[in-house]
Amino acid sequence: VTAADDAQEADRAGGMIVDMSTNFRPHDPADQAPSTKDVEPRLSLGLDTFGDLAVGDDGQPISYAEAIRLVVEEAVMADGAGVDAFAVGEHHRPEYSISSPEMVLGGIASRTERIRLGSGVTVLSSDDPVRVFQRFATLDAIARGRAEVILGRGSFTESFPLFGYDLRDYDVLFEEKLDLFVKLLDERPVTWSGTTRAPLEDADVFPKTEAGLRTWVGVGGTPQSVIRTARHGLRLMLAVIGGRPQRFRPYLELYRKACEEFGTTAWPVGLHSPGFVAETDEEAREMYWPGYQSMRNRIGVERGWPPASRQEFEHEIAGGSLYVGSPDTVARKIATTVADLGVARFDLIYTMGPQARSARLRAVELFGTRVAPIVRELVGHRTEVTA
Amino acid sequence: MSDHGPPVIGIVGAGKLGTVLARLALGAGYDVLLASSGPPQRLALIAQFLAPGAETVTAYEAIRRADVVILAIPLSRLPEMPPADLAGKVVVDATNHWLEVDGRRQEILPDAEGTSEYVQRLLPQARVVKAFNHIGYHDLDGAGLPPGDPRRRAVAIASDDHDALDFVAELVDGLGFDPVALGDLRAGRRLEPGTPAFGASLSASDLRAVLGEPVCHPDAA
Repeated sequence: VTAADDAQEADRAGGMIVDMSTNFRPHDPADQAPSTKDVEPRLSLGLDTFGDLAVGDDGQPISYAEAIRLVVEEAVMADGAGVDAFAVGEHHRPEYSISSPEMVLGGIASRTERIRLGSGVTVLSSDDPVRVFQRFATLDAIARGRAEVILGRGSFTESFPLFGYDLRDYDVLFEEKLDLFVKLLDERPVTWSGTTRAPLEDADVFPKTEAGLRTWVGVGGTPQSVIRTARHGLRLMLAVIGGRPQRFRPYLELYRKACEEFGTTAWPVGLHSPGFVAETDEEAREMYWPGYQSMRNRIGVERGWPPASRQEFEHEIAGGSLYVGSPDTVARKIATTVADLGVARFDLIYTMGPQARSARLRAVELFGTRVAPIVRELVGHRTEVTA
Repeated sequence: MSDHGPPVIGIVGAGKLGTVLARLALGAGYDVLLASSGPPQRLALIAQFLAPGAETVTAYEAIRRADVVILAIPLSRLPEMPPADLAGKVVVDATNHWLEVDGRRQEILPDAEGTSEYVQRLLPQARVVKAFNHIGYHDLDGAGLPPGDPRRRAVAIASDDHDALDFVAELVDGLGFDPVALGDLRAGRRLEPGTPAFGASLSASDLRAVLGEPVCHPDAA
């Protein structure tokens, strides 16, 4: 830890206790006092989407407006089906309809009762931390304390030129803005200065929330990001989009140990991965593959990957990080991941490119009514056995 | 390089790839020196959980003490490596150009130049070998297997230095992968993003089929 880090820590030490206690929400099952046990008393199961443009009954992509309304319908369905959390991710690409997560979540908030509403992720690097806090504090009011924000650097870069940021500042933008955001979480006047936005002197920010804003950092596997999240005392959401999920186990240990060293709270860790649920394994695969292939190839062209192969797809389903299949298959795979890693939250990114809208809505329903109960039973059983 | 015992491996960069390679090497019984640009305490934490058994050191110490230095840092940070200290060393270049981290490729090197040729140009007296750049770190993680195992994956390697190439071939094998020699560093362009081999996690025969015959360019030697 450098001298600068030390100074930052010391500077914030006074506010940290307040921050964490206000951030604590007793009514949330995942918020039981963090224990040293691997498995939390109750697991949170969520659904994530970027508002992908689905395909209508006529086989044509639906409009952006329809895609946004579809996400709202799916969230309402998820709420009714017993899903614990719903997250929408910010993107600025033609395949996705959601660039303003809080707007969509505000609409969802007014039509749902119990589901937790978050972004996954909010690209903090190319946004203003003050505005991000204000928007989510506002959402939290409408949602009656159900709002949460997952901050990230994002895996795409379109937002940088769009909002006038330089990619060369990729690291410093996130570092500085996260630092400011953490100060804002105290909900007291903030004094801050840096190189990426105008300084603040004793600036008070409104609205205040009723019980603090739950804040996560989405991390894709960079060890340094795990440590940064621990240093700030924020929650860790692992984005696992390929390979064996079990390989992330040391990252959870790293997070806990780093929290211990920094004297911050080691919150229960979450994980999100892509997948899809249908009545049968075969149906799920056939529904998922065309969208997977299309998205994987579109992104692959930009990243220099060769075209997607069916073999790689099947390989990821069998032993990697694609949770595609019948409710039973998906539930077993999720339960294994949850138990092996000891995560307290699992979110399924349930949309992938141009899928049939009716199949998507059905996947949401199946996830809540069929997958979630099996996962809970399996994880509970396994916890008893290993306890 | 050591006259006896397995070579000491120095890894510069403790990110996704660096920590995966460190784990593979430790698992295969090598001594590993792990270095990064961050604060030493942070590096110690990372090593404790993601590469238990690795000795954490400064980049200079890793370079000085290691028999082979693996560069697992962003391409755009390679100019920070000290050419004089790397002279005569076997240097494994595992980097790729990555827009998010490095910015535009044209701002770092000419279009016509391969990234490992660029590394050789930065470190003219180092014995640069391109390796571990085409296969994803998550495909390497925990995937080392004994020779002859039909599930063994292949790692393509390329170098202008024949002895260094042989040395790294042995290392790749020691880590649990089949080395596939591709030719010189210029041929190594065929492993970069945008090529059919990029992202390939294949058996040696399948990877050879994708890559074609090894090539050495007479004018490059």
